[in-house]
Parts: sequence; structure tokens; C-alpha cells
Amino acid sequence: MNDDQAPVLICKDLSISYYTRAGEIPAVVDFSLTVLPGETIGIVGESGCGKSTVAMAIMQYMGANGGIKSGSITFKDRDLNQMSESELRRIRGSEIAMIYQEPFASLNPSLKISTQLMEVPLAHEKISTEEARQRALQMLSDVKLPDPERIMDSYPHQLSGGQQQRVVIAMGLLSNPSLLLLDEPTTALDVTVEAGIVKLVADISKKFGTSQIYISHNLGLILETCDRVFVMYSGEVVEEGTIDSLFTWPRHPYTHGLFACIPLPTADKNAAPLKPIRGQLPLPFERPQGCYYHPRCDHFKPGLCDQEHISMAHVEGSAADHRVRCLRYNEIDHHLQTPDGEVKKALELGEQVLEVDHMKKYYEVRDTSLRALISGKRVRYVKANEELNFSAREGETVAIVGESGCGKSTFAKVLMGLEKGTDGEVRHRDKDLSDIAVRDRSAKQIGSLQMVFQNPFDTLNPSHSIGGQISRVIKKFGVEKDKKKIFDRVMTLLDTVKLPRDFYFRKPRQLSGGQKQRIGIARAFAGNPSMVIADEPVSALDVSVAAAVTELLMDIQREQKTTLLFISHDLSVVRYLSDRIVVMYLGHILERGTTEQIFTPPYSPYTEALLSAVPIADPEVTKREIVLEGNLPSAMNPPKGCPFCTRCHRRIGDICDNEPPPEQVVVDRHVIKCHIPLEELKKVEPVIHVPDESERLHARH
Amino acid sequence: MSTTATTTQMPSAGYGAALWRALKSFGLLRESWVGMVGAFLVLFWVMVAILAPLIATFDPNSSIQPFAKPGMVAAKGGTFWLGTDHIGRDILSRIVWGSRTVLIYAPLATISAYTVGILMGLLAGYRRGWVDDVLSRLADIILSFPVLVLYIIIIATIGASGINIIIAITFASSPGIMRIVRGLVLDLRNRDYVAAAQTRGESDWKVMLVEILPNARGPLIVDACLRLGYVIITIGVLGFLGLGLPPPDPDWGGMVNETRQMAMAFPHMTLFPCIAISSLILGFNLLADGLREISLRD
Amino acid sequence: MVTLVIKRIGFMIFTMIIVSLILFLLLETELTGDPAARVLGQFSNEEQRELWREQHGYNQPVMVRYVKWLGNFATGDLGESIRFKGPVADVMLPRLWNTAILGFWTFAIMIPLSLTLGVLSGMREGSMLDRSISVFGILTTSVPEFASAVFFSALFVFGLKWLPGTSSMSGGFEFRQLILPVMVLVVYDFGYVARMTRASMAEVMTSQYIRTAVLKGLPYKSVIVKHALRNALIAPFTVIMLQINWLLSGVIVVEFFFAYKGFGALILEASLNNDIALLEACAMVAVFVAVATQTLADIGYTFLNPRIRFS
Repeated sequence: MNDDQAPVLICKDLSISYYTRAGEIPAVVDFSLTVLPGETIGIVGESGCGKSTVAMAIMQYMGANGGIKSGSITFKDRDLNQMSESELRRIRGSEIAMIYQEPFASLNPSLKISTQLMEVPLAHEKISTEEARQRALQMLSDVKLPDPERIMDSYPHQLSGGQQQRVVIAMGLLSNPSLLLLDEPTTALDVTVEAGIVKLVADISKKFGTSQIYISHNLGLILETCDRVFVMYSGEVVEEGTIDSLFTWPRHPYTHGLFACIPLPTADKNAAPLKPIRGQLPLPFERPQGCYYHPRCDHFKPGLCDQEHISMAHVEGSAADHRVRCLRYNEIDHHLQTPDGEVKKALELGEQVLEVDHMKKYYEVRDTSLRALISGKRVRYVKANEELNFSAREGETVAIVGESGCGKSTFAKVLMGLEKGTDGEVRHRDKDLSDIAVRDRSAKQIGSLQMVFQNPFDTLNPSHSIGGQISRVIKKFGVEKDKKKIFDRVMTLLDTVKLPRDFYFRKPRQLSGGQKQRIGIARAFAGNPSMVIADEPVSALDVSVAAAVTELLMDIQREQKTTLLFISHDLSVVRYLSDRIVVMYLGHILERGTTEQIFTPPYSPYTEALLSAVPIADPEVTKREIVLEGNLPSAMNPPKGCPFCTRCHRRIGDICDNEPPPEQVVVDRHVIKCHIPLEELKKVEPVIHVPDESERLHARH
Repeated sequence: MSTTATTTQMPSAGYGAALWRALKSFGLLRESWVGMVGAFLVLFWVMVAILAPLIATFDPNSSIQPFAKPGMVAAKGGTFWLGTDHIGRDILSRIVWGSRTVLIYAPLATISAYTVGILMGLLAGYRRGWVDDVLSRLADIILSFPVLVLYIIIIATIGASGINIIIAITFASSPGIMRIVRGLVLDLRNRDYVAAAQTRGESDWKVMLVEILPNARGPLIVDACLRLGYVIITIGVLGFLGLGLPPPDPDWGGMVNETRQMAMAFPHMTLFPCIAISSLILGFNLLADGLREISLRD
Repeated sequence: MVTLVIKRIGFMIFTMIIVSLILFLLLETELTGDPAARVLGQFSNEEQRELWREQHGYNQPVMVRYVKWLGNFATGDLGESIRFKGPVADVMLPRLWNTAILGFWTFAIMIPLSLTLGVLSGMREGSMLDRSISVFGILTTSVPEFASAVFFSALFVFGLKWLPGTSSMSGGFEFRQLILPVMVLVVYDFGYVARMTRASMAEVMTSQYIRTAVLKGLPYKSVIVKHALRNALIAPFTVIMLQINWLLSGVIVVEFFFAYKGFGALILEASLNNDIALLEACAMVAVFVAVATQTLADIGYTFLNPRIRFS
């Protein structure tokens, strides 16, 4: 990066509004940004903070009801706001390109990849079709797609999510733009696939000299890809600075709050609980006077923070471009409060509650194609769960980790009685439940085994009131019979999940995502369960909300000594809250053990890759880079030997392809499924290196 | 708010609330002028049907004075505002009383078709497997008939009467309703709240009727409005083809059929019933469009 | 793909067999009343009916009769029409031809009209054009065919005296007589197809891949023609094919109203005169046309949609 170079993009005092039936909604206010050549800027914030609006404004694609109210967007000395549609067309795709959140939706389903790629240079440059084709092929191999010829000849649906996103990136880079906008490009992808894309994105500016604006809600991803970062809250930037400066010395209370909401690999639930930000994001037309963050801020000073609109100020004594929108940033010493503010007591583990013993679940799939009809192979099996073995004790949190298609949700279904296991046993309190459908279980059995669902937006039935839905559960499980008592029980539950009692009468659509998820938790705990399965309960929530919900779940669990089965794809959350971890891949458990055992060698090679893929929002933590090749195989057609053999970076030979790996016991209850001898695995270096507290930068100051 | 007071308010079932909300969404029609016009037209005809004895100036079935032009004064007093037909019946009175026929049979037929269609759709979409296969194939076969051919065959075999028209309409349109419901159920059954109900051991019917069906009401209400319009067309067309309600009770389609030979000389005999039926159908279609627009808005 | 075609054709044959069974049970058995009484009228006496049953083989077991009936059908022996006193096939074929002419002109006008208007209004959702077409579409679909026939006759025949009021073609084929029936059919069908096209186009225009295409800097024409239309016209294709099924209903009303000697009027005549053999044959032909177009629609849909074609 060269400071003498003229900036590629300057946004100055930008204000963007949407105009709806309800009136004007200011989406972004007072936004200024300068992008230098070859620089990658990160914009981070929670949903509704206006980060995507900024990208759309730069593209001048606001839709019918959006508009730039004031300010300018200057791209290479030309004001984009003043450009005509045809001038914009010449810039779009050739000088500014964009990568989107959902690659599949962004590609035209009925055109071949080749057509969609080649039309970019053909529209902007005077080149022949053959040249365009060569360029597209070259670009496909530049984004590390194997067999570009085949990709060119494919339709979007024939590619995997990761491949689609690489194609979209190739499409963006084809005309060698000066600026690339990336709007959450990895949100829809699995962790290990995400790692590959992130690496690719990080290499783009080096290789092509392209400036980038990377929009994400994930601070860890921003850290891995960007040079500078802008933190947005409720339509405005609250803090900006270089990665090093901002991540090491966050100055704005909101930035600081965000960091306190992310589980870091150093933290665990008892020693350093997450500190959720209280309150909720204000709606755009209900923003408070003065600092937008003040109602949620711990350092709020009446008469100062709630007066006039606050502007960005340079942080004294820091790098030139660290700026913050806070009047009191100098008075607050965040480090006084962080260390071990609160320590929660670890739970005593009780007796064994759940034992999964060689559980298998195969689905029959009828192949109706003509070929199957002729060959007679009409029934195929999808092996969703293959030989699952693990156990959980009272009060224990066991996490099941894996990417999509690993079989974690299938297991939950068998446990809940929505599906029947094919073989083996799942014993809950010594009773095999694997082939008892939920309808054949007693109310007590059902009530003692409950579930918190993933999607807050459809965990509650939109047609019924909150109170009605919780009451129904209490009645169904026979916890209380009397109407009055049921009502009281609902009130207690609402108290437990820290929601106002008058939510009883509300309808789900009047609740925010986090509140819905709390009701989901209340519902699961209504029947005093001894075990709760939480299927990615916070993955759809914003960071600060997720932290609050996670903490709530932990608190209730601690109080009621519930066994918690936590299904997740996010290793940092899992690391934070679980006692034991089960790592699954394509229906197999590849490793299981305590959290400590999973995070230190010996690892199963897949665990190793997963650990390397976790984005960590701490610049002083270093990771060994392992980028997996290829895609997740389909569960319809898994590899014959080790399920991971097609992508494994430690494959030792044909044995991996042809023979299922043996279970190797490291110590009691720490088991690795791999062909590589334990001795070898033990020699592997740790993936994540966390500096000691004394080595840390802020400790030295 | 005291606890005892609140417990009494506890909504026991979802349907009361759903109905209330449906009514409220009709209130929202204010925001869609298309929907307002539709609601006005429908209300107009409903009022006409209710007040028929007060509005109609003559007995609809007695011949008074044939071939009277609109506005002609009757010999025995009173005015034939819309004229009379070839056997001397007052057209205005026949149209007014005819609105009763149509507004009784059309909703009855629609409700009957919906009951069958919803039950079949719920079963097919929720149970899937062979139940779905059988019901869907059955629906495909019925739907492969050109509708009017199907009606003609049914009416030809079981005869023309009010109840038979309801049976024919139920038979012919429930498969279409079933397909819509099935599609909605296939989507809704994967929601987490359905899984939540299943994991607490609710019975299939409870899940279908309490958890799934109320959430399908939006598209179904819109479809019901459209279908009501279509059922009115069907009843009119059957009447026009001479397969409708047996005479002499007034029936708009039948009125056109009886007088169309005279249309050359006396266009009013056919014109007014056609305006009546078209405006009522238009009312339902506009109402459906308004409701759809509102449902898309939030 | 091949599997699909074979499956669809298999299902088509299956449907036809079930339909024939339903028709047979409804019209030829005692399930819905005595067929002899239906043919000979309610004033015939039991002796006459018995004689008729004997002559026409109605005393044989039901299954035997069905198989025989189906066999005759399959070999082209459609029986004798009572009303027209001749082989059903001879009565039906010229009528089918006349209806085909009517259908052809209806489609030839309705399809380009509704697709163009639908695409134009879908391109600019919420524009003046869009709203007008939308309301106009509701208006035309709200008027039953017999009513619009009355309205058009009142205007063009009695009012302006431009067109003939009947289309019996008694003095040989005359194109002028075709105008009103075609107009009625076009007006009724146009609204629905236009609205479906509009909805499909509007949905595509708000899709993310159209945003991608615009932000690639492609010319507007290329965005519409290359990216939008191809996806937006898949749904209307199916709708148009299924419209043939609707048309078969529409022609009954229109042909009856304008005394056009077509297939629709024939079905109605057969039904009103209890001409069972003719009614059966007409119904089978109608269902065959409907099922065949549905099969074509399904196969075409698959072919147009690469997501299904290659999976």
C-alpha cells in the first residue's frame, strides 16, 4: 500500500434513506470512507446497521424506494451520484464489481457459467468471444477452481456452494476492477469451505492490486481479510481504524461490547462469561438523541451523551486513522473492567444420563430413474448416522460439531423420536429410546427431553399467542393441570428467560429474534427437562443478542442441572460453553473427548482443519493454516473408506480410501477415528497459538 | 392487570383469534382502493339479497306484461325499471331475487369444496407417502377434465338441482384446493414450530389443524375469494347452458338462456342479468386482489 | 429426461384408462340410474327398456361390457350417435376441425398479446401501465363468456351493426363470423395469462441474479432479453399449455351462444339429448386433448428448466 497514491473511492458525509409508507427511514447517516489502491476495508456491524446499504449506494443500486440524501461518492475523481445510467453501466462490472451473500441466488439458473462469465468482458471491452473465453478460463483457474473447462460448461445448480462463490468472485474479477465490494460472501457456506474463500479473498489484493470493501458481521473474518475496519452501529460508523489498532485498543463502548460478546478461544463459560450488551438495537426511526448507543452504554453520562449528534473524532495518541464517535472515549479505561469481572461456578457433573451405543440411522431413498429401474438397484441408503458412540452426564454440556450433512440434526431427530434409529441404542436414563416414536413415549419421557430450535423466525407458531404456546406445553406434559397454576407457571418461565410478563399476550411477530429464541428456551424448559437439545440456537442471531441468549441458556442449565446437547458448526462457541465435544463428519464421529482434549493434539485431521478454519477476532492469536481442497461429498454417495479421505491433508494412502478407520482410544473417553497411528497424531503441532496474558500487547502498556 | 382477570382472557383456540385477525385485515382494505371497490360491490349485492322483498317491486315469477321496455309503466301500476322478459316477468325483480340464489349456492358450494379440499390437502401434504400419491393422482385425473365437460357429464347423469350443483362444484374444484393446501402444508410442515409440536407428542390432526392450517389462511382467504367468483361464473354458465337450477326460480344465467333468442329485438332482457353477474364476480375478484396486495405488504 | 418423458406418457395412458372407467361407470351402468331409461326417455315402459338392453348387450356383466367398450374405443369404433343417426366418428371429426380453427385464432391473438403486456408490466412493477393492465385483467376475467358475448353482441351487432350475430357458417365459411367468438375467448383468457406472465416477470426482475446482471454493467436490453425473459417465460409456458384445457370449456359456451358448429356445441347437444355414445366419445377426446397438452407442458417445462433437466 502506498500512501501517495490517489484514493480509489471517497465517500463523504453520506446519508442514505429509504422512503416507505411509514415515512423516511434514515438507513445510513454521516458516513465517510476513503479507500486507497490495493487496500481492503472491512465494514462490520450487526443486522440493520446499514452496512449493506453502503455497498448498494456505492453501486448506485438502491431500488425504487432508496435514495442518497446528501453527501458524495467519488470514484476516481468522478462523482457517482451525478452519473447517468449509461455512465454507471460502463463502470459497473468493469471498474467496480460486487460479490454477494448468496452465490446461488446471484447466478442465473438457466444460463451456463461460460455465458455468465464471458458476457462481462464482452460488454465492457472490444474483444472477441474466443478471447473472452480464454480470459474466463484463466480466471476460473486463478480462483482455484479445478477443471475450469467443466465448470464453464455447467449450470449453477450443478456446482457446490463454495464453487458457486468462486465463480461469482471470478465474475467480479474478470474485467480487473479497481474496487471489489464483498457483501458477506461466506455467510451461506460451511466453515471449512469458508476458510478457502477467505484465503482467496485475502490474496486478491496482493495478486491483482484490487481495492476491496469487505462487509461482514464477523469480526474474526474481518481480521483475516482487511487492513482497516469500520464498525457500524444503527446507521453510523462508531469507530474506525487499522486492524491492529482497533482490535487491540477498541475505544468505543460498542466496539468493546462486541468483543465481549464473542467467545474467544481463550475464554470459557465459567472463568470469563460473555458480557452481552443490554437492550436492543433501536429501530431507524426511534434512534435516541445524541449518541445512538447511549441507552445501552455502561458509560452513559446524562447531559453529555444524550444532547447533540456526535461526530467522529481522532483518537489521541494513536495511529493517524483511528477515529471514534464517542465523547468519553478518553475517560473510559476498558481494561479496568474486563479481567474476570464475574466468575461462575462450574457444575458438578452427576450420573450418566444419555448413552449412545452404536447408533445407526440409514434413510431409504427410492431411485426412480430409468437406469435404476433397469439395473434393479431401486433402493439406496443414505447413511445419515454411522456407528455413533458417546455419552453425557447430568449437568454436562456436550457439543456436537460438524458441517452441513454431517448427520447432527438426524441424530437429534432420532433422540426426539421423530425418526427411528436403524440399529444400535440411544439410552436415556437407561431406557432405549431409539425405536420409540415420540407418540409412544409417556408425557414424562417427552417432557424430560426437549429441544430448542435453530431458526428464531419459525420456532414459534405465528398464529398463536406466546402465552398460549407455553401453556400448551405445560398442559401437555401434565406439569400443572389447573388453569390458574398453568398461568402462574408461564409467568415464572417468562421471568426465568428475563422477558416482561405481558409478553404472555403478545404474538410472535411482535418479538425480535432474540426474544423469540428466549421464548423457545422457556418452552423447552417448561416441562422440567433433564436433557435439552439445542440445535444451533444462536447461529441466526446477531452477535450481541446471541451472547445474551447463550448466557441465558447456560444460567438456566446451571440452575436446573440440565444436560445440554448443543449442536453447532461454530467451534468458538462450542469451545466456550461445552464440557465435551463430539466432532462429526458425514455421519461419522471422527473425534470425541473433553473440550480441552479436542483443542490440543492429538487431533483427528478433520478436527485440525476445523480448528484452523475458525475465524478468531484476536490479532495476537496465531493459527496454522490448513485449507481443505474439494467439496463435502454427498451423503448419498460417501467415500468407501474414511469419510474424510477425499479432502484430508494427511491422507496416508490407499488404506484411507478403502478401509473404514478404526477407533483409537487416546485416553478414557477421548477417541479418534483415523488410520494414522496415535504416535504420529501426537506429534502434530497445536493449530491455535494463544499468547500468554503477560505476552499480550495491552499487558505491556 | 390481575392474574384472575387475565386468565379469563386466555385465548383457548387459535381460530377465534384467526377469525378476528381476518376481520381486521378486511379493515386494512382501506389502504387498497381496488379492494375497497371490490368490497363495495360484494356488499352491495349482499344487501340486495338480504333486502330482496323490499327492493323487488313485482313477483319475480308471475307474468305481468310481456316485452316491456325498461322504464315502462305497468298497466296495473308500478314501473318496469329494467323492462320485462318474453313471458312478462319483471327483470329487476328477477335479478334482485336471483342474487339470493347465487349468494346462497355459491358460498355453500365453495365452503363444501374447501372442506373437502383442505382435508385432502392436509392429509396429502402432512402424511405424504402413499396417501399423498393416491390423493395427488386422483386430483390430477379430475383436473385433467376440461371443467365444463366434467360439469356437463355430472349434471347429465345426476340431473340439475341445487344440491347437485353443489356436489358437482365440490367434486370439480376440491382437487384444485387440495393442490394449493398441499403446497402450503409441504412448506409449513418443515417449520420448527411444527417440529416443536411433534416433539411434544401432539396428534397428527392437532398438528395439522392447530399448528399448520392457521398459518396457511392468508393465501387460502385470497384463493377463496377468487374461487367464489369462479363458482358464480360456473353457476351462471350452467344456467346459461340450460343445466342450472330448474325453472321457474330466477337464476341469472338461466335468464340469459331463456331470452337470448330475443336479444336482437330486446337487448335489455339479456344485458341486465349479464351486468349483474359480472359486477358481482368483479367484486369478489377485486376483493381478492386487494387482500393479496395487503397480505404481501406485511 | 428420457425417464421423465416415458413416465409422463405412462401416466397419460393411466389417466385415460381411469377416465374411461369413470365415464363408463357414470354413463353406462346402473350406478347413476338406468341407462335404458336415460336413452329411451322416462316415458318408456319396462318392456321397451328390456328389449333395448337385450339389443345393446346391457345384460352382460359390467366388467365384460367395459372391456368390450374399451376395445371398441381403442380400435376406433366409437358407436352410433342416436341424435345424428350415424357413426360418432363421422359426426365428430368435422366439428373438431371447426373448433380447432376457433382455438387456433384465439391462441394466435391471445398469446402474443398477453405475453407482451405481461412482460411489459412485470418489467416495471407498480407503473401506470402495470396497474392498468392489472385492473383490466381482473375486469376481463370477471365477465363470464356468455356475458361478454352478450355485451359484444349488443355493441358490434345491434349497436354498430358491424358483425353478424351468429356464426353458424350456414352459407359456407366466413371469416367475419369468426370474429366475435374469437374476441370473447381472447378477452376471457387474456387476463389470466397476462397476470401470470406479469407475476413471473416481476418476480424475476426482483431476483438477485438480475441484480447481478445489472451490476455487471450489462446493457438493459441484454439484462431483459438474455437474463430475465428466459426465466420469466417458463411459468407462462405451462400456463398457456393448460389454457387449452380452459379453452375446451370456453368453446362450449361460445359455440352454443353463436351457434357455431363446433366440438363444444356438440358435447352440449349430446348431453342435452342423452346421446350417450356421442357424449362418451366427445368426453374422451376432450380429456385426451387436455391430458396430452398437460403432458407436453410438463415435458416442456422440464426442458426449459436446466435445474430439472440436468439432475
